[in-house]
Amino acid sequence: MSRPVLLLCQLLVAVVGLALWHVFTTVPIFGRVLLPPFFFSNPIDVASQIVDWFVRGTIWKHLWITLLESALAFTIGSVAGVLVGFWFARQPRVAAIFDPYVKMANALPRVVLAPIFTLWLGLGIWSKVALGVTLVFFIVFFNVYQGVKEVSPTVLANGRMLGMSERQLTRHVYWPSALSWMFSSLHTAVGFAVVGAVVGEYLGSAAGLGYLIQQAEGIFDVAAVFAGMFVLSAFVILIDLLVTVVERRLLVWRPDGAGGHG
Amino acid sequence: MVDTTRPTAVALDEATVAFRLAGDRVYTAVEQASLTVEHGEFVAIVGPTGCGKSTLLNVAAGLLKPVSGTVRIFDQPLTGLNKDAGYLFQADALFPWKTAIDNVAIGLEIKGAPRVQALERAQGWLTSVGLGAFAGRYPHMLSGGQRKRVGLAQVLIRDPKILLMDEPFGPLDAQTRQIMGNLLLELWNADRKAVLFVTHDLEEAIALADRVVIMSAGPSARIIGDWKVPLARPRDISEIRMEKEFHELHREIWSVLKDEVMKGYAQSTQAPAVVA
Repeated sequence: MSRPVLLLCQLLVAVVGLALWHVFTTVPIFGRVLLPPFFFSNPIDVASQIVDWFVRGTIWKHLWITLLESALAFTIGSVAGVLVGFWFARQPRVAAIFDPYVKMANALPRVVLAPIFTLWLGLGIWSKVALGVTLVFFIVFFNVYQGVKEVSPTVLANGRMLGMSERQLTRHVYWPSALSWMFSSLHTAVGFAVVGAVVGEYLGSAAGLGYLIQQAEGIFDVAAVFAGMFVLSAFVILIDLLVTVVERRLLVWRPDGAGGHG
Repeated sequence: MVDTTRPTAVALDEATVAFRLAGDRVYTAVEQASLTVEHGEFVAIVGPTGCGKSTLLNVAAGLLKPVSGTVRIFDQPLTGLNKDAGYLFQADALFPWKTAIDNVAIGLEIKGAPRVQALERAQGWLTSVGLGAFAGRYPHMLSGGQRKRVGLAQVLIRDPKILLMDEPFGPLDAQTRQIMGNLLLELWNADRKAVLFVTHDLEEAIALADRVVIMSAGPSARIIGDWKVPLARPRDISEIRMEKEFHELHREIWSVLKDEVMKGYAQSTQAPAVVA
């Protein structure tokens, strides 16, 4: 399928979807509207709500808060994940001791921590950051741990035969390997940072996209709920594009990474 | 020019290498192998697949310790890694996150050489292996043969007194192997290091080496033959295969090697043999 045709088909899906949504929520079929507008709103109302947010500028504050929370959660979670993952992988004894607790902590659905974080850190951004950190940390941690463990034995032996000390092996072999694994988990980690932020906002906050959606739900403003979801999707897609750009720059040496000669 | 007035570069004496398997069983890979490589001598080890050729090389490198017997490097017992040796691996061993030039320069940098100077010399080595224009490429952007060239430069820039090579050209196609063989001989001719070269290819061994050592099929592989290669140097690998002396030597060694290759093949198709 050529690119224009593909784009056309993709566009067609959106058009058909929106058209069906519009028809089922506004035009009576056999004397009855199939999707009650009270529960399903309609595309026009949702679109005008989105336009309204951007025209009046009320949305920017919420977007900024969610972005800030996600960025902080990602940064703190990643740094902690890299450091602890690296430490555990190089110190098998430490890893063995902490292993059951790491598994236990990771097994816990993180949403249940949200009320605790709200109690500890208040309704501001930090309780959301904390929730995001608990999600991001484990993804990065497991990836880095694996990355250090799975350094090619030949590359390692080569480093040794070239005369590297343990410190130099860490710097030239273990560390780059660990970071490359961290970067390969970038998309997932960033996605989870946003999830943490939005879920946290949803469960109790004064600003952010999650807050916006939750408020709209509270007053049965379904158009605003859908509008919030669309803005959130677009927001995540934009961040994901940014991550792809960063990834391309950082992983030029990777065979499957883009930017190389493949 | 084999120089016997200087201490022997590598001397294995009755070295036995065994691995502990699950359930307290022991697998003896190499049994009582004695082998010397003089200063400036190019020795090739040939044997059937799985005979422990690489094991022997790893012993000389200090990556493996023999359970009995001794390893002496320039008359000193080997403890830990062999610091006089450069090792060219069979598998890809370049650092994938470093460019070609950084891969070559690293050997100097870890010894504390200033980066500018290290890069300058690395560029020189890349040029001598014919990759002067590829300095900025990452390993995955290079072909298999080019990666081997970078590997060769990476090892040689440190100027090791001993060169250990584990089927370095194994993964390459026939033509590239000959080109790499000639490149190796050319570089080796410049300063005649002691070389221990492992291969399963008898022709390659005869074409390159001063001496060809044959190992029996494993387990408990032994050294079962040792031939001097009387062919004159400098050699051209693709030409030398046409010579009569080459053929005679090849026939002579092959008559011994053939049985071992068959044995090795038979074993490789059976359940793993285990020596209690």
